[in-house]
Parts: sequence; structure tokens; C-alpha cells
Amino acid sequence: MSEQLDFSAFPDARGHFGIYGGRFVSETLMAALDDLEKLYMRLKDDPEFRADFDNDLAHYVGRPSPLYHAERWSQKLGGAQIFFKREDLNHTGAHKVNNTIGQALLAKHIGKRRVIAETGAGQHGVATATVAARLGLECQVYMGAEDVERQKLNVYRMKLLGAEVIPVTSGSRTLKDAMNEAMRDWVTNVDDTFYIIGTVAGPHPYPLLVRDFQSVIGREARQQCIDMTGRLPDALVACVGGGSNAIGLFHPMLDDEGVSMYGVEAGGDGVETGRHSAPLNAGRPGVLHGNRTYLMESDDGQIIETHSVSAGLDYPGVGPEHSWLKDMGRVNYVAVNDDQALAAFREVTKVEGIMPALETAHALAYAATLAQEMPRDKTLIVNMSGRGDKDILTVAAMDGIKF
Amino acid sequence: MSRIKSCFERLAQDNRKALIPYVTAGDPSLEVTAAILDAMVDAGADVIELGVPFSDPMADGPVIQQACERSLASGTTLKKILALVADFRTRNSDTPIVLMGYLNPVEAMGYEAFAEGCSQSGVDGVLLVDMPPEETDGIKEYFTSRDIDLVFLIAPTTTEARMDAIAEAGSGYLYYVSLKGVTGSASLNVDEVASRVETIRNHTGLPIGVGFGIKDAESARAVSCVADGVVVGSALVNRIAENADAPGRIPETVAEVLRDMRAAMDRD
Repeated sequence: MSEQLDFSAFPDARGHFGIYGGRFVSETLMAALDDLEKLYMRLKDDPEFRADFDNDLAHYVGRPSPLYHAERWSQKLGGAQIFFKREDLNHTGAHKVNNTIGQALLAKHIGKRRVIAETGAGQHGVATATVAARLGLECQVYMGAEDVERQKLNVYRMKLLGAEVIPVTSGSRTLKDAMNEAMRDWVTNVDDTFYIIGTVAGPHPYPLLVRDFQSVIGREARQQCIDMTGRLPDALVACVGGGSNAIGLFHPMLDDEGVSMYGVEAGGDGVETGRHSAPLNAGRPGVLHGNRTYLMESDDGQIIETHSVSAGLDYPGVGPEHSWLKDMGRVNYVAVNDDQALAAFREVTKVEGIMPALETAHALAYAATLAQEMPRDKTLIVNMSGRGDKDILTVAAMDGIKF
Repeated sequence: MSRIKSCFERLAQDNRKALIPYVTAGDPSLEVTAAILDAMVDAGADVIELGVPFSDPMADGPVIQQACERSLASGTTLKKILALVADFRTRNSDTPIVLMGYLNPVEAMGYEAFAEGCSQSGVDGVLLVDMPPEETDGIKEYFTSRDIDLVFLIAPTTTEARMDAIAEAGSGYLYYVSLKGVTGSASLNVDEVASRVETIRNHTGLPIGVGFGIKDAESARAVSCVADGVVVGSALVNRIAENADAPGRIPETVAEVLRDMRAAMDRD
């Protein structure tokens, strides 16, 4: 880029990243979003709020998460040195909890007794149920009926944590439909309910505040990389569904021009087949779930069904900041198919003894390709955004094993 | 003068209130919708809100969600809906039509092309549920330059400061959403509606229509006593759903509901 853009100045005051983002919701929610924005703007630099957040991240989540040099896998691939940012080691097993801790603190400040969430793979649902249990808040989680089936373990975890999981049977019965239902719940119960959105999408200020809460990933990784290798990483790789783990890793290094970045979408059966979840690769801008962003839609503007082996990436939209970063060329967005992701899941589990979530496996599959194109003295960080325990039944079923 | 404005002025002179039915275009087919439009006018509809189906109608309850699904399954598109309105205008040049729906099908067509299509086919107003006034920069002019009214919602949660901005941005009428929730939810509280409508009147001279929760003739009458217009949607769409296997009966069964409401609203 010819001139340095101040990435921290976005979104603008109205929640826009260029033409993306914004606040496209029905009138009933406008006041609640205004209140949330004012609250967040007041608290985000408040020393006491920051201290509470950092304290919870340290003592409840277990931060900082390690940066791990995957030496054996790097050697086997024969290219760049691959490091994993171990978000899978967080309490509840994924990066999602960084955000739910932050939003639960906001809910507490604003005095709401009930929280709701949407979830795809169930990781955000579990992370929300967890913080709700800890704060004694009532918690209901909307989850597509298809995802309830393929993520049974997480459904049971949420129940054990005291949350009610509501299967959503409308539309495609996946993450987008869960988000529709959560919005409908919020519009009905807006007085006493805080909606904990799980990704960097939705109406302003959600893309902003989720990014800020997740940016702890990139801040830590940047410093850890300098401490371990003496310099910044050469490349960052993260999977992108809504895109919260990717923004969390990328955002603190957007100003570091030498760091190239790759967001990996779910290619499903292959982008060319149309059966995928890769709006940045094969969609176009539109408006859904409160923001303008790249979407998978028909010529007539109807949202079309998505496909991915990973429930957490099975979403037709993406956070608006990613759309903006794509258009300006700061981040490269690529796609990895189901079978490539499954191969990476098996490979990393065997070679490094770390079982990634199927979502994360998309990033790992691309990282393997990228590393092989880079010299051995270069450094590549993959966001190990979640652990794969929740996916064991899915993979076992593919191996013909039933429990 | 816009068709909507003259409609409300005529009603005010006669000391009557507007009956504003909503149906989703193309539910169960565009042919049936054409017959429903005529039947609704005969039954006393003053303004018609014609729904544009969307795959993800976030502000709607199950009744209108399913109407959207039936409509999309029958192959309805925004272009075909504009053609339907143009056809209606060959038979009716008085009854205002407001297209109501979500933003994305309009984004896909392009704002200018959509506004021009509305103008050509005889659409009088547009209500986009997920487009608040704050997001109309660079869009509004396409409609205002063609005398197409942009109708906005006011909710129970709307602050008085926002009411000014909404009244400023809107024209034709304002649509007061009588309860927190999705379409087809619980019954409304008429006293509360009356007091909110009074507050809104301090901020605008536009007519105020009230919708959400109007289920029958008596609730229509109660609301008509405190507002300028009564919007009824899910109660009609329910009739359509019940008769999905006998679409020939749909126009009459919808008209029946409206005739009862009309009679109750016009009662002394």
C-alpha cells in the first residue's frame, strides 16, 4: 500500500468500513444498539473495565495462550517454520471465549439478566453458556437443527452448563437461521436481554467490539513471535466463517506492512460446484443480519444455502471488516475444500499430537500449501482457533465408526 | 400530489381511517395475488402493503416467514412483483401500493433501477424494514426525485430524538409498530398505543398507521380510534395459509376478514 492507513480509525462513527458494515436492523433494535454503542465507547478505554477483562482472560481463560513451533510438521513440509497460536488451549477450547468474557462484562454493566446467542459449531454457544453460568445469567442458545445433530457433544455441554439450546428448523437449519431466530428473540425481549453475537458480523457496534475483544490474539502473537524469532512473522493464516478468530489475529498487525495475511474460507465440495461457504471468494456485497458485506446470494438477492463439513464456517456472510480488507487487497482470501480440511485434521493430529477443530483444519490445510512455497527461514503463524474434540463423532462417522 | 397523500387527505375529509392490508406478493402465486389485490380493494382497503419475499425475514414471525417461503417456491422475484403492480394499475389508478420488504433484494436489483421500476409500474411507496433513516444516504434521492414515498417504522423503543429524524426522512405515512416483537406476535395494548401515537404526533404532521397485533374487527376498530390507519398482515396471511390447497377460495376469504374490519372501523 502506498500510504499508511490508520486501521484503528475504522469503523467510522456510523459503523462503516468503507461501504461495508453499518446498522441495518428494524427500528425496534435501534435504541438498544445505540445504548450498547455508548456503553462500549465509555468502557473500552476505562482502566477498571480493561483490568476486569484482562483479569478474567488471565485467570479464567488461561491467557496468554502459547505460540507453539510445530517443528515436526514444518520439517516434514520442508518450507517456512509454522507456529500455532494455541487458542485451542483456552478454557472451553476455542477463541470464542475471549469475546463472550468481554460481552458478558458489558451485559453485567448494563444490568441485563438474560443472554442469548446463536451458534454454529456450538463453540460460541458453549463459551456463552460458560460465562452465563459464572455470572448467574439466564442463557438461551439458538442452533440450527442440522448443527444440533452434527454437534451433539457441544449441545450436551451447553445443557450441563445450564443453558437451554433451542433447535431452529426454519430455512437451511444452520448458523444463518440460528442468527435470524436470535434476532427475533432479541427484538421481542430487548428490555431484559443482551444478545452476545459470536462473530465480527451483525449491526454496529458488534463488529467493532468483537474485534477489539478478539484482538488479544494478535497482540500476544505479535510479541511472542518477536520474543521467539527476533522478528515479526512473514505470514498469518486463519479460517474465516464470520471471521472473528481471523480478525483477532490480523488486526493488531494490519499496520505491519511486511506481514502477509490469508483468510481461509470453506470451499465445501469446491467453489466451482456452488456447494460451499465462501462469500469472499464467490459472493457479492449485500445486506444481511444488520450489515453490508459479501454474501452468498442468488441474482435476485435471496440468500442461498451454504455447504461445509464444518458447522462453524457454514454461513453465507462474513464480517464487514473482512469485505473491506478484501477490496483493498490487504488480506488475501482463499478457499479450502472439505476433503483438504479433513486431510489436514488427520495430518496435524498425527504429526503434532494436536487435534484441531474442523474449522481450524481449513487454515491448516492452506498453511501447508503456503509454507511449502516459502523458504525455511520464513515464519508463518496459523491461528489454532479451536480444538477438535467436538468433531470426533463427525470424523468417526466418515470412517464408518459408530459410538 | 402523491397517491398516498391524497388518499389520507380524502379519508380525513370523510372522517374515516385507512384500512391497510398486507399480503406477501406471490403467496401462493402471483396470479392469486392479483385476484387478492382486486378483492381487497372491493372489501374496503385504502392502501395496500405488498410484501416482497426474502429468504431471511428477520423481523417476521412464523406466519409471514412461511408466506415468504411459499412465495419464493412459486418463483416470485422483485421484477415480477413490479410487473404485477403495473398490471394492477391497468385496472386501478386510485389505491396506493407500498412495497414492503427487506433491503437485499433491492440491493441486488440496484437502487436506481428499483426506484425507476417502482415509478414505471405505479408503486407509490417503499418500506424497507432493515433500512433505518441513517442508512439512506445516497439512496433516498432515487425515490424522492420520483415522488415515491419512503415509509419508515417507529417502534415502542424509539426515542423522541429519533422520532424527529424519522419524521424528517419519511413521507406518505409513518408506521408505528405497536409492540416489541416480530409480526404476528401477541395482542396489542390499545391504551399504550394511544399514548405513543399522541407522542409521535408531537413530532410529525404525517398520518400514522399502526400495525402488529391487529387480529380481528374489534382490535382494528380500537386502533382506528387512536391512529390514522390500521395495518393488518398476519391475520390475512393466516387465511391464505389455511387455503393453500384451494387457492381459488383465497381472495374471498381474505376479503371477508377485511369487510368485517371495515364495517367495525366505519361504525359510529
